[in-house]
Amino acid sequence: MNAHLQPTGSAYFIAPETQVSESHTLSVLVDNEPGVLARVIGLFSGRGYNIESLTVSETEHQAHLSRITIVTRGTPHVLEQIKAQLERIVPVHRVVDLTVRAKDLGHERPLERELALVKVSGTGDHRVEALRLADAFRASVIDANTEHFVFEITGKVSKIDQFIAIMKPLGLIEVCRTGIAAMNRGPQGM
Amino acid sequence: MSGTENQMTGAEIVLQALKDNGVEHIFGYPGGAVLPIYDEIFQQDEIQHILVRHEQGAGHAAEGYARSTGKVGVMLVTSGPGATNAVTPLQDALMDSIPLVCLSGQVPTSLIGSDAFQECDTVGITRPCTKHNWLVKDVNQLARTIHEAFRVAQSGRPGPVVVDIPKDIQFATGTYVPPSMVSSQHVYEPKVQGDLDRIREAVALMQGARKPVIYSGGGVVNSGPEASHLLRELVELTGFPITSTLMGLGAYPASGKNWLGMLGMHGTYEANMAMHDCDVMVCIGARFDDRITGRLNAFSPNSKKIHIDIDPSSINKNVRVDIPILGDVGRVLEDMVRLWRASAKTVGKEHLADWWTSISKWRARNSLAYKANDDVIMPQYAIQRLYELTKHRDTYITTEVGQHQMWAAQFFGFEQPNRWMTSGGLGTMGYGLPAALGVQIAHPDALVIDIAGDASIQMCIQEMSAAIQYEAPIKIFILNNQYMGMVRQWQQLLHGNRLSHSYTEAMPDFVKLAEAYGAVGLRCDKPADLDGAIQEMIAVKKPVIFDCRVANLANCFPMIPSGKAHNEMLLPDEATDEAVANAIDAKGRQLV
Repeated sequence: MNAHLQPTGSAYFIAPETQVSESHTLSVLVDNEPGVLARVIGLFSGRGYNIESLTVSETEHQAHLSRITIVTRGTPHVLEQIKAQLERIVPVHRVVDLTVRAKDLGHERPLERELALVKVSGTGDHRVEALRLADAFRASVIDANTEHFVFEITGKVSKIDQFIAIMKPLGLIEVCRTGIAAMNRGPQGM
Repeated sequence: MSGTENQMTGAEIVLQALKDNGVEHIFGYPGGAVLPIYDEIFQQDEIQHILVRHEQGAGHAAEGYARSTGKVGVMLVTSGPGATNAVTPLQDALMDSIPLVCLSGQVPTSLIGSDAFQECDTVGITRPCTKHNWLVKDVNQLARTIHEAFRVAQSGRPGPVVVDIPKDIQFATGTYVPPSMVSSQHVYEPKVQGDLDRIREAVALMQGARKPVIYSGGGVVNSGPEASHLLRELVELTGFPITSTLMGLGAYPASGKNWLGMLGMHGTYEANMAMHDCDVMVCIGARFDDRITGRLNAFSPNSKKIHIDIDPSSINKNVRVDIPILGDVGRVLEDMVRLWRASAKTVGKEHLADWWTSISKWRARNSLAYKANDDVIMPQYAIQRLYELTKHRDTYITTEVGQHQMWAAQFFGFEQPNRWMTSGGLGTMGYGLPAALGVQIAHPDALVIDIAGDASIQMCIQEMSAAIQYEAPIKIFILNNQYMGMVRQWQQLLHGNRLSHSYTEAMPDFVKLAEAYGAVGLRCDKPADLDGAIQEMIAVKKPVIFDCRVANLANCFPMIPSGKAHNEMLLPDEATDEAVANAIDAKGRQLV
């Protein structure tokens, strides 16, 4: 959103930024109560941080806990601030930078998956080609008639990006993506 | 717990919860959506309600009350405009870490979302300007929510919270639960005890320092009187020089021998030079605000920095520090003092002699100097006389925002914490008068003075009426120069002396204004008459507006111009018209 601006808001931040921006995935465990998502995204917009992807859903019904997964971009300094600011929100239980955690565990990245619904319309060769490619991408058909398919595809962001790009000339109508769900490899929790 | 004796209406629950949280005074303004609560207020006499004239006044009064007592300030407002008028003091309290509980009325739950009369999305509007807020939709959750509100407001880094209570909830009957029976709703439990290894590391670094400086802030005041006591002990033990932010004044006494004066944009030369040249900086309960640091990439380039703060997001936010210590200032200082004592035999103060020599040289520049004048009252002189004539009394000072605020910070010596109430972070003009009212309500026999400017005072002047009603003998000491002085100063610095709308062409007669409210008005425009007039002001047992006519064009120096470093200060003897006009370069002009 405001990637070109210095994040902390003050005009005094004219010192040239020498750090390089990185994309990180954060897991935020919160009380599932009214307004909690607004608090989290309000923090991002209010302080000029970026949101590249956001998913939220209740994960522990008994404990009224929801897990928010945010993909954000910033310099290491900004990412550290984002974590500290998130932790300040009263209904936030824990914030884990999954990308940092993955590195600590000896992995390149955390496990990140996204689901997309992709509607493609067409007839003749385009239709055959779309179905053939969907099969290659292991996308499944969840709705169809003689003129369209709705594909469900799950995988890494790059895979979904690629699938959508390929579908474009074959009659892509609309796309709905869930945003990233993520966790780290290994036996430990967040 | 569910016996009939604990069955109450929502409005009764509000009053009971306030009493059980130790509330004695609330500041508020009635309206349709809080009438049931006002009806309960009417039928009891344990809690005194102070009727303000505008909800902003209620908030600032509650802030003044909180800051001068260390207790939580409480305000009560109605829905819609009542809540939106509360936004400024809420943000003010958020930035200055003042514990504040704001109770707001809301339209009945059945009408929420229907654009009802005096409806607004209070929790939505106040979400970014509070630590936390709640909309209570079940009367059985009301008591625990209010208790939780008090806990959140006070714990960790203090701040404002809002509890929004729909009118039907105020009428509904539910169970009251006392604070002792309530377990916390949230996991919110800030860390107060500092990491001992880090503190040990910090003490070792401090003991090796040759050019140390302590930079303390409002966190010391917030941590309580014991923290100020420990800070003084630490300074005494170490022999370190100490400076403070605007918010931290009084934690270390201005008369203390290690005191350098305030630092930052209008801080003293010695304080800023010590910050710039130091080898070890100990930041205690301050947050490296842009008014403090000046140009960040030239900020104290050769020092190792220790930062004690209860808020993890304050650490490494603006300035990278070497030893961060997360915890309550009081607790950390306690450990620090103990560890220092344990190794004190090996550490003397002799090695600081050279450093103190440097500081003496900076002090000799006399950066707060101004040209005395026999015909016109210089604003600095007015503050000096006010200080001299009130320093032996039980005095509390509040301010508005602008030049007068900086002069007050520079020339009024604070010996104790909780005596200085000013809007530091948000810079809210109009803060001082209602804050003074709040302080006076908490300390009925003290001398409470709002050092004001002629522009700021008109932003919340209506609270004079509240001061009269509650016989709160606050003194409004206006440094009247007919300008928005700080705006004009920046126009001189940045905009070629084009004084766009910073001159007030129509000024009220402040003496008559005071009289219209039923207060006493005094005016003084001769330096020779000033002492007598101030003494007269103190002697009056009613609210006073003192119209002190000062030199119109005086500016506030020393100053670190925008975009400059600590060692690039503009000193008063160098501040010629030309130097002022050229002080800020093109890059600095875009800064605030």
